[in-house]
This record gives sequence, C-alpha cells and structure tokens, in this order.
Amino acid sequence: MSQWVVLAVNSFSFGGLLFLLSAGFSLIFGLMRIPNLTHGSLFMLGAYIGVTGLRLGLDFWSAALLSGLAMAALGGVIERFLLRRLQGQELPQVLMTLGLSFIIADLCLMEWTGDPISVSTPGALRGVVPLLGFVFPIYRLAIVLIAVVIAAALWLMLDWTRLGAMIRAGVDDAPIARVMGVPVSRLFTTVFCLGAGLAGFAGMLGAPILSVYPGLDAEMLPLALIVVILGGSGSLLGALVGSFVVGVLYNFGPALFPELAYVVLFLPMLLVLVLRPQGLFGRQSL
Amino acid sequence: MRRAALALAIIALVTLPYWIGGSYYINIASQILIWAVFALGLNVLVGYGGLVSLGHAGLFGTAGYAAAWLVAAGVGQLASGVGAIGLTVLMSALFAVLALRATGIGFLMITLALGQILWGIAYRWISLTNGDNGINVSARPMPLGLSLATPSAFYIATLMVFGLAVAAMASFVASPFGACLRGTRDQARRMTALGYDVWLIRFLAFLFSGFWTGIAGLLFCYYDQFVSPHLLTLSSSAEVLLMVISGGSGTLLGPIAGATLVVAMKTVASAYIERWNLVLGAIFVAIIMLMPEGLVPGSQRLWRWARRGRDLAAAATSR
Repeated sequence: MSQWVVLAVNSFSFGGLLFLLSAGFSLIFGLMRIPNLTHGSLFMLGAYIGVTGLRLGLDFWSAALLSGLAMAALGGVIERFLLRRLQGQELPQVLMTLGLSFIIADLCLMEWTGDPISVSTPGALRGVVPLLGFVFPIYRLAIVLIAVVIAAALWLMLDWTRLGAMIRAGVDDAPIARVMGVPVSRLFTTVFCLGAGLAGFAGMLGAPILSVYPGLDAEMLPLALIVVILGGSGSLLGALVGSFVVGVLYNFGPALFPELAYVVLFLPMLLVLVLRPQGLFGRQSL
Repeated sequence: MRRAALALAIIALVTLPYWIGGSYYINIASQILIWAVFALGLNVLVGYGGLVSLGHAGLFGTAGYAAAWLVAAGVGQLASGVGAIGLTVLMSALFAVLALRATGIGFLMITLALGQILWGIAYRWISLTNGDNGINVSARPMPLGLSLATPSAFYIATLMVFGLAVAAMASFVASPFGACLRGTRDQARRMTALGYDVWLIRFLAFLFSGFWTGIAGLLFCYYDQFVSPHLLTLSSSAEVLLMVISGGSGTLLGPIAGATLVVAMKTVASAYIERWNLVLGAIFVAIIMLMPEGLVPGSQRLWRWARRGRDLAAAATSR
C-alpha cells in the first residue's frame, strides 16, 4: 500500500517538474508553430549551470534562479539571432533547434564530464512530513506547490494582462494579430525567453530528484512532446493536465510493466492522436 | 558526357577494393553505401513527399533486430532476411497510419515519438532485446554459397544492393507514381480535387521508404554483425536526415553525396576529436543557415552562376 502512495507522490512531483518544462514548450509551439527541440537541452544545461552555481557557493534557490535567468538569456539569443533569420520557414527552424540541441549536449559533456552529478536537497526542505499515517518527503511536495504557483501566475498573466492577451491572439492567429498591430515578432522573443527560463529553472529544481547526467535532455524532451500532444499546443490547462498524466504514467508504468515502460508512456499519446488530433484541450489541429 | 561520367563512376566503384588500399577504407566505403541506401529511402518521404520523418532510425533498427533474432532463433539466413524486411514494412505501415494523420511539423513530431518508442523497447525490454548489450549476429549470410566474410566481398555485395537502390529510385522518380507523390508535396489540395487519393499515395510512399530503410538496416546488421539500441537513437535519425538535407533533398544524387560527406566527416572527426555530436550539430546549423537547398543543388547553382559570370565577362570583352 505505502508503495503506491510513494509512487503517487513521485508522480505528482514529477508532473509538477514536467509542467514547468512543458508550459514553455507548449506556448512556444502554440505561438511559433515549432516544437523547440532544444527544450530538453535547456532543462539539462539549466541543471548544470545550477550545479556550477552551487559549487561557487550560491545557495540552492539563487542557483535555481541563476539557471532560469541564464537559460532565458540563451533562449533569447537563439530566437533573436538564429530562428529569426528563418522566420516563416518552420521546418528549417525545427532542424535548427535539433542541431543546437546536439551542440549543447556535447558542450555539456565537455564541460561537466559524463559522470552523473547528484545535488543535495536544499536544507530547509529535507526530511518528511507525516500525514494520514504516511510520510511525505517535503521537497517533493514543495515542487508540486511551486508548479501550482507558477501555473497560477502564468494563467493570471495569460488571461488578465495585456501581454497575455497579445500572446493569446498570436496563438489563435498570428497573421491577423500582426495586422491588428500586435508586435508578434517581439512576442516570439518574449515567449521563447520565458519558456527557456522556466525550463532552466525546472532543470535545477529537478536536480535533487533526478540528478544531472548526459542524456537527461533526450529523456525529458520526448516527455514534453507527449505532454503537448496530449494537452494540445498553446493550452496552459492542457499542459497542466498532460504533465500530471505523464507524471503518473512515468512513475507507475515502470512499476507495473517494467519492460514496457516506454510503450505505456506513449500509448495514450497515440490514442489521443488517433481520436482527437488537436489534443485534449487544443483548438487547432497540429 | 553524362553517360561517360556515369560509366567512370561505376568503374571506379566496382574496382574500389583494388585501388583504395587497405580493408579499413573498404569498410568505410561499405558504410557509406549502406548509409546512402538509408538516405535514399528517407529521401522518398523528405524530398519527394515533403514529409520529414525523425523516426526512421526506428525502422532501420527494426530490420537489424528482426534479422538478429531470426538468425539467433535458427531460422535460415534467406528466410530471416526476408522476414526482417517484411517486419520492417509492416512497422512502416503502422508508422504511416499513425503519422499520416498529420503533415508538416505534426508528422515530424509523431514520427519522432514513434522512433523513441522503438528505441525505448530496444533499450528497456531486456528479455527481448538484451538491452544495452545488444545482440551479436554470428555470421554473415552466404548468398549462392559465396562468402561475404572479407571486407571486399562484403563491399561488392553492398555495392550491388546500392546499385539496385539507385535504379529503383531512378525509376520511381520517373514513374507516374513518383509524379503523383511530388504532386501531393506541392499541391495536395489540387491533387485531391483531381481525384487522387493523397493519403494512399503518401502511405505507399512511406512503405517504399520503409522498405529501403529496412534493406539498409539489414545490410548494417550484417556489416557490424551486432545490433544495439544505439542504432535507434534520435541522433541516428537526425544523422540520416542530415545526409538527405545536406546533400540536397528531392534529388537522386543528393542523399548519396550527403551520406559520403557525413560518414567521411564522422570517420575523420572521430579520429581526431571525440566530439562527433558537436560537429554534427554545427554542420546541421551551418547547412540550414547557408545552403538550405543542400550541397548538390547548391553547388549546381554556384556552378551555373560562375558560368554565367564567365559568359558575361567573355561577351563583354568580345564586344
């Protein structure tokens, strides 16, 4: 019994991490119409930069913030100087992000070597809380809380601010938004920075659970892809629901069917693709 | 002129084991041919169908694993080869049914996800695939009783398959079916209006592409006599896509030139530096930024441009 509770807690904390990763991925996909294949690399690079921050004597939260800011800056550079040059050509843009992901992965391997690096849980959040006869690790609960807070903030931003209204307009119909005077190109940069920053922050946040190792990027990217296909591109609610679904599958799958873990993970995605190609909460088809 | 060049190329390829010097180089030539077959197969979809797949390494690996299992299970070499290709075509049909629900970026994402599933199976389903340790293939087949154990014998066999692949591609491009596929790439809606079943054309093209990918996978399995999940990684899919794009998608020569370039770069790069993925990524980015149409059309354009410049200069001086 307690094994299932542990799995459930792990599912939700992993879902929370996944939401931080895929919210940006989903917004970028919704707005720019491209899956940003560097997203997993930004997650991994964020974690590595956080590790370096810790080694330089920063505390955990400053390091996580540093990761987020560094990745936001890198995302801005990628969008402004590389993707912008290929504006309107979606396929070359995707291939560009794929090429960049190989470069980032190899540079990480060069700088931080191939050994996995484990990161200790920040001091205040170590230990467990007893609840209803079970014990829950505080850090994992904190991740869920952070994800929910960020989800709420993103929702407020998207639904209640001018910037959010412009992003929604861009997701719905970029050419018309442009005609109406929405600076869509500047939105691309903003959303890319935001998404990249969240991915980097999530990388560091996940480091105490997942540790940091080469291949983390390739592990996370398909998950973000599944989340977006499940939830529908550009939909925040879709990303949230999709993340928790994938979090559950990712943790329960290997426990129930150890050898078919990946099949269990991808099966719902295939079902959604066949039955509802635009995703559970998406409005437009892929 | 064209014919002479073709004849020269064939003579050079057939006699390659005699002049290239050393089995190391013969093996590299075999690798180039295998990857060229793979790239030609992918080019059917990418170049002529306008459908960019990032999951073809999964099909490549399916053929390799299937052959390895069947051989290990004691099935004869011929039967296991045919079985492996059959299974790969079936897998391609499954891929096609799922992926052809979308085109463009959606198609790319679905094929990527499908490729990752197959990789996950190869990596995690240890009782079936032996996980990361891979499966050894005890011996190369002996078609008509001829041994393919030596590098040059294997090279010649690969060259014959490669020749078949090129001939198949050439006739495919010239065929009405090839024209239909190009039509669905350029004007899908108009093709529908003309009464063509666009989905079916794409589906058949996927099977054709999967067939040659399977042939390449089978050759690679015999070449290496070993299959591992590494064959199915996203970076394999990206590598072969890079071959198609760098050489020039939608041309016959492009994927072959791309395969030569990428395999040569990989061999040279890994002799000097460990960072192959870095080089791969950098070429990817550079090609997309500087020569998006690929090397073969790109250099043809440069050639025409240079010739026109020379003609203009000649005209100016004669005046």
